[in-house]
Amino acid sequence: MGILPILLSIQSAVSQGILWGIMTLGVYISYKILDYADLTVEGSFALGGAVTAVLIINGWSPMLSLFVALLLGMVAGMVTGFLNTKFKIPAILSGILSMIALYSINLSIMGKANIALLGKETIFTQAQKWFSMITDKSVLSLIIGSVFVIIIIAILYWFFGTELGSVIRATGNNEYMVRALGVNTDRMKIIGLFLSNGLVALSGGLIAQNQGYADVGMGTGTIVIGLASVIIGEVIFGRRFNFAYKLFSVVAGSVIYRIIIAAVLQMGLKTTNLKLFTAIIVAIALAIPAMKEKYSKPKLDI
Amino acid sequence: MLYIENLYKVFNIGTINEKRALVDLNLHIKKGGFVTVIGGNGAGKSTLLNMIAGVYMPEKGKIVLAGQDITRMPEYKRAALLGRVFQDPMRGTAADMEIIENLAIAARRGKKRTLKWGVTKQEKEQYVEYLKMLDLGLENRIHTKVGLLSGGQRQALTLLMATLREPELLLLDEHTAALDPKTAVKVLQLTEELVTKNNLTTLMITHNMKDAIRFGNRLIMMHEGKIIYDVSGEEKKKLTVADLLDKFENVSDRMLLSK
Repeated sequence: MGILPILLSIQSAVSQGILWGIMTLGVYISYKILDYADLTVEGSFALGGAVTAVLIINGWSPMLSLFVALLLGMVAGMVTGFLNTKFKIPAILSGILSMIALYSINLSIMGKANIALLGKETIFTQAQKWFSMITDKSVLSLIIGSVFVIIIIAILYWFFGTELGSVIRATGNNEYMVRALGVNTDRMKIIGLFLSNGLVALSGGLIAQNQGYADVGMGTGTIVIGLASVIIGEVIFGRRFNFAYKLFSVVAGSVIYRIIIAAVLQMGLKTTNLKLFTAIIVAIALAIPAMKEKYSKPKLDI
Repeated sequence: MLYIENLYKVFNIGTINEKRALVDLNLHIKKGGFVTVIGGNGAGKSTLLNMIAGVYMPEKGKIVLAGQDITRMPEYKRAALLGRVFQDPMRGTAADMEIIENLAIAARRGKKRTLKWGVTKQEKEQYVEYLKMLDLGLENRIHTKVGLLSGGQRQALTLLMATLREPELLLLDEHTAALDPKTAVKVLQLTEELVTKNNLTTLMITHNMKDAIRFGNRLIMMHEGKIIYDVSGEEKKKLTVADLLDKFENVSDRMLLSK
């Protein structure tokens, strides 16, 4: 095998990783900041794809369709938040309920299981017209994805530094304290899930436009991919420095995840085994802290 | 300042584990009162504090604080009136956040959280001054994550956070019980300093009878969800641990005889 195909596959992995990185930022908000394992993302990712595809087919501007995807994703997150906080349904179960409900909702939005965007205008084809000097499609996706990521990280960095944002971070840390300091923690969780699922749906919309189709099953495994990326980012880049660094390392984690996947596919892993492979990566990554604890304990010398 | 009238709290109503935690409890604390609360396990001390804080809602009765009926007010709303320090040093602070971020969140207790920046420059200088008062060297570590502090340091910080915005009532739930004796003394001294300096109305639960006598200007003893002994002023000053033990034994004996 020559070096060129490998380089090409890495290049496309990087651009994919950045687009998926927006979803990873969403998972970072729920899983790391709120300490909430939110399975809604499986549904809201596909929701983003479904909404974008249907709107584009109906002649909407691709950019506006992404905005609607973002808003509807936010609504999905809010529903999960309500189930969890108002009705005291456990976090995991609230997410599962939203996820399952969204499967039907996504199907009825699309009217069928799969919508192709062949020949339709997407933000990627639009950009191609504007920047005609860039002929490589994956370079273009890379640029667009990076613009989105930078804007989103800037907004998140600002938001989580505000009074409201810092209380949301504290809620994930210590709910008792936050309530004792006069904050409605239920509302903070809902805002967090709102933001998180908005980003996930936006990412789903971008991916649908990038790959040229939306599929009702495109969200399956999203949470595991998100967790894998968050954990890879954390393991490789550590927990140093400030919040912006952490957010960038989350996106970097998503890119590295894609490169790993591209590499194992090149080495001959069957696509059907991809999700199994991802699950194993996440399981190992999650097991590392416990294993470290068990085996690296200093022995007592008697 | 604080009026509690005919307060009842029963856990697990209608089950075999039914527990009458507070029975027709009445308590009135004047502004500036520093009340210490003692009592055996299950006497209802913590339940009383948690009822005032809004962790549980009462079955019957009324709680009025600073002229507001807070009986049914949700915990986060009445927090505007209350400063709280918990027994567990981990409970009062956010471990993964910086000292200064914790203080900034506490300084806005009871206020609406806006989209303004979380910590302003002026308040930063102010917090450094406050931290100097603690005399723990924390003023040089304002960007340290609270999780890296010791239990005593965290408890001192929580105390500062609880009083940063002057509360109508300060609730201390055995806040030195989890600390080593030396640190406990330090935190208690700090408590007294802060309470005296700001003339705070305070309710402090303690397991330590000496502390209950030494601190505050009023002492109440609880047993089986009721206040069985209430002493203040000169009478409290003359109190000894032996007197309190006597009281304890008295009620325990009576309990045995009545069964």
